[in-house]
Amino acid sequence: MSSNPSLTTMKRTVEQLKLEASVERIKVSQAAADLQQYCLQNAGKDALLFGVPIGSKLFREPRSCALLFIQLSDDAYISISKN
Amino acid sequence: MGEMEQMKKEAEALKTQIEAARKAAHDTDMASAASGVAPAPRVQLKTRRTLKGHLAKIYAMHWCTDNRLMVSASQDGKLLIWDSHTGNKVNAVPLKSSWVMTCAYAPSGNLVASGGLDNMCTVYNLKTPVIKTVKELDAHTGYLSCARFLSDTEVLTASGDTTCALWDLETGKQKTVFLNHVGDCMCLSLSPDMNSFVSGACDSLAKLWDIRDGQCKQTFLGHTSDINAISFYPGGNAIITGSDDCTCKMYDLRADQELITYQDAALNSGVTSLALSMSGRLIFAGYDDFNCNIWDSLKGEKVGVLSGHDNRVSCTGVPPDGMCVCTGSWDSFLKIWN
Repeated sequence: MSSNPSLTTMKRTVEQLKLEASVERIKVSQAAADLQQYCLQNAGKDALLFGVPIGSKLFREPRSCALLFIQLSDDAYISISKN
Repeated sequence: MGEMEQMKKEAEALKTQIEAARKAAHDTDMASAASGVAPAPRVQLKTRRTLKGHLAKIYAMHWCTDNRLMVSASQDGKLLIWDSHTGNKVNAVPLKSSWVMTCAYAPSGNLVASGGLDNMCTVYNLKTPVIKTVKELDAHTGYLSCARFLSDTEVLTASGDTTCALWDLETGKQKTVFLNHVGDCMCLSLSPDMNSFVSGACDSLAKLWDIRDGQCKQTFLGHTSDINAISFYPGGNAIITGSDDCTCKMYDLRADQELITYQDAALNSGVTSLALSMSGRLIFAGYDDFNCNIWDSLKGEKVGVLSGHDNRVSCTGVPPDGMCVCTGSWDSFLKIWN
């Protein structure tokens, strides 16, 4: 076994290439179909694709709300809220 | 013929063999395969929060698994922990070295990490009464470009010394060193099943590694310049890369090749960062030209843009629940969009 460093490096390169060459590959059509299926199956949950669900307004600006009470008579009031 | 010459010939023959095998698997291209898929809607996101607090360029950000907290790193020498819902700063961690390039949140939420030109990855405990440095992971001989926690006891790092490493946080030592890149490692992404990770480097290659046996299993060619950003596709079968060659690419792990390139003649700035929406359909890619472009990952078309930063977009991140996207910039601000 040679102690030449560049020869050792070259041997390692060849071993690595052998490993990578032995990978079992599927067809691109199969790979593409699987990726599409994943995307479409999960699209419903993707808030960035179709919008944040109506009930969840986590990042929407907090709204200030002022309530005005207007007295109509001694015991009747109506309230008006301003968003 | 000398042994060296023989080895060189063998290497060339193997490269040709790999190329031929990839061609044989290439029975269609992604764009044709996706022709039946309805186009993604035109995506128009608004800025919901602008997080102000850093005093210099932001280099990195990472979401916590609780979908609420996030950590950001700036060359003002601080890590800031933000509550994204309120926009408030929850914690500030002063850094020994202000030349920070990466930050990470542990899945548990207990720890954060940072690293950069100090060649070290420093881990901090956020849960002690006063934030404490837990470990300084010191063995890389080049800058720390990226760090990710596997758990509270293991961290993966990528370095300018061309290696990646798996560290044991209890001993502070490297358990495994991943050797194969011939250029500075710039980014890494963990697979959803945590058994492997991918790295991108200045040798313009992306590599898939087995975390436990330390081996490089696959190498992906195609980019013509440094790969600055990389991310696993949610299902775990594909990866997206972003490069200084101004393009992003999708590589499929099982077909062992590039499926699609995301590029536009009008775009001539490098890609700095990228993040995927939770279905994988949308790619948010940050560029040197101050924008974050949104790509339809299946059809390869640009479907939107996030404009609002006054300098390079250096980092992007989508939380696990996919409810928003965060961009961080050299303009010192972070913005949250949805």
